Amino acid sequence: MSILLNKDTRLIVQGITGKQGMFHAEQMIAYGTNIVGGVTPGKGGQTVLNGVPIFNTVKDAVKATGANASIIYVPPKFAADGIIEAIDAEIPVVICITEGIPVLDMAMVKNYLEGKKTRLIGPNCPGVITPGECKAGIQPGYIHKPGHVGVISRSGTLTYEAVNQLSTRGIGQSTVVGIGGDPIKGTGFVDVLKMFEADPDTYAVVMNGEIGGSGEEEAAEFIKNHMTKPVAAFIGGQTAPPGKRMGHAGAIISGGKGTAAGKIAALRAAGVVVADTPDAIGEALVEAVTKAGILDKVKTA
Amino acid sequence: MKIHEYQAKELLGAYGAPVPTGEIATTPAETKEAAAKYDTCVIKAQVHSGGRGKAGGVKLAHSPEEAEEIAQKMIGMTLVTHQTGPQGKVVSKVLVTEAVEVEKEFYLSITGDNERAGVVIVASADGGTEIEETAKTAPEKIVQVPVSVITGYRAFHGEQVAEIFGLEGALKKELIALLSSMYRLYVEKDCSLVEINPLVLTREGHLLCLDAKVNFDDNALYRHPELAELRDVAEEDPKEYRASQFDLNYISLDGNIGCLVNGAGLAMATMDIIQKFGGQPANFLDVGGSATKERVKAAFEILLSDPNVKAIFINIFGGIMKCDVIAEGLVAAASEMGIKVPLVVRLEGTNVDKGKEIIKNSDVAIISAEDMADGARKAVEAAKGVA
Repeated sequence: MSILLNKDTRLIVQGITGKQGMFHAEQMIAYGTNIVGGVTPGKGGQTVLNGVPIFNTVKDAVKATGANASIIYVPPKFAADGIIEAIDAEIPVVICITEGIPVLDMAMVKNYLEGKKTRLIGPNCPGVITPGECKAGIQPGYIHKPGHVGVISRSGTLTYEAVNQLSTRGIGQSTVVGIGGDPIKGTGFVDVLKMFEADPDTYAVVMNGEIGGSGEEEAAEFIKNHMTKPVAAFIGGQTAPPGKRMGHAGAIISGGKGTAAGKIAALRAAGVVVADTPDAIGEALVEAVTKAGILDKVKTA
Repeated sequence: MKIHEYQAKELLGAYGAPVPTGEIATTPAETKEAAAKYDTCVIKAQVHSGGRGKAGGVKLAHSPEEAEEIAQKMIGMTLVTHQTGPQGKVVSKVLVTEAVEVEKEFYLSITGDNERAGVVIVASADGGTEIEETAKTAPEKIVQVPVSVITGYRAFHGEQVAEIFGLEGALKKELIALLSSMYRLYVEKDCSLVEINPLVLTREGHLLCLDAKVNFDDNALYRHPELAELRDVAEEDPKEYRASQFDLNYISLDGNIGCLVNGAGLAMATMDIIQKFGGQPANFLDVGGSATKERVKAAFEILLSDPNVKAIFINIFGGIMKCDVIAEGLVAAASEMGIKVPLVVRLEGTNVDKGKEIIKNSDVAIISAEDMADGARKAVEAAKGVA
């Protein structure tokens, strides 16, 4: 068991003929991901990477391959179109890697998502991986080990850092989810925490947050009231200088929310073990599972 | 991207918002000439910062001669506000604008509402320079009116703001129209902020945008080539400007350890851990996911051009960013510029072996790090060594 992706995932790659799309499609296939097709308008009918069929539209791809997940590598100019096309094709899981999508485009997409059948992960994220079963993203696959710790992170590379610290301690992961660093995103901390809480194969969770926004505070509230599984966390940007601000409006709206100190305090109050520095994420998880008496259960790798 | 007050007012004016008359001047003589059109006028320093009034960047002139005198002091001065940092910003032009008799000051802005994936009108009947103080001490005086990007701005949103401001009749109509102008500007030009502070009720009984600030979403600038000419490079940190030309996410800081990291989260965490070991980062630099060898090379050049940098810490956990690309950029920069400071390198992730091989086969001397803690410790030690 896992969340979002597993060995039965049938993935298509939107933007597969681009440089990034092609490189990472190859890496995903090498990892063992079942890539059933790609989408690039105007290149339908061709094949790439030893037989992956290309389609002109997402609808065509779904019809021909029975795809149940899509990963998007298209440039920012066309990324919102790509997501909307995938939503219209009713793909259950859509992961958008693209960085630099205009905020108003994402506002429109997020509104459009409401009531639809799609769960969007990202944009501006490293993707999702269920170790040993399916990798949909840009992650270095080799650092991941199958196991029972769920990982959620806003930052891509900090996710790898956390995973690496777990794997080198013999602690495998159930699913690792990069929710992305953009201010407007498809899926937040609480959504993923809910999935991990419901997943019988996930025994504990690591979450990596950072300064800005209120996702971590909401996660703390959720953990306090609904999580039965131990959680460890790290908040990046504790020493970031406060300057570099935009007018007054940002400060007025956030009303003191969004600081590292505030997030750490909220998480600790919810019983989360918070690492002081990024090199201590693995240790924080060990502390959390030891307290819960399940250290031996998460040592799988 | 930020622009000057006078540019923001021109844009607002073009969208039908009521803005005061004014001319831009870059010399005392031009200031005097512009001031001749008014009995009394206001001279306003044009720098990308709020809090200019309190810092001495806004002065009243009662004659063209007085205006000239003010400009002599103001043009060329370094204005230090609570937003500029201690180094301040040099004033190179001033706005000469009509003096307005003010009945009442309001605060009005439109900005992004990330939580509701829309935009929000922010309004307060207590506008002016104390608005940040009001936000802290009496947040209930600042009201938010969310606007959906699906429906866009509607007159009823304006009605709600009019109630907050206590405006009725013709003034209410002026406000509803002003908000419509602000909203159209916001969405058509992909703004991240359209702020009028203060919006004033004049003695003649009209609304007027006495000061204005407009910021744009950098991700959407490709849609608006016409905005490029509004950019004032002189207002930006030269290293930050150069970084932006290569799509590098760079922020200058005060320390002596240059950082080159992939990913904003890891870059922030790298700053955190350097400070844990007693060092200070010279910068925040996220080379991003899709950097080419050329961009990585440019990133090194920016770090090496900073005389404060006593050591460089390269912390890469490759995903979309491949370690061999980082290595190639590093070797290219090193062979062209020569690296005279210790270079601590931590490589992990996609194509890590290829990357290590490229560095090994070059004549670039590096200090290898096992992990980020090891790298941070070594970088802090190295920076002390040559300081």
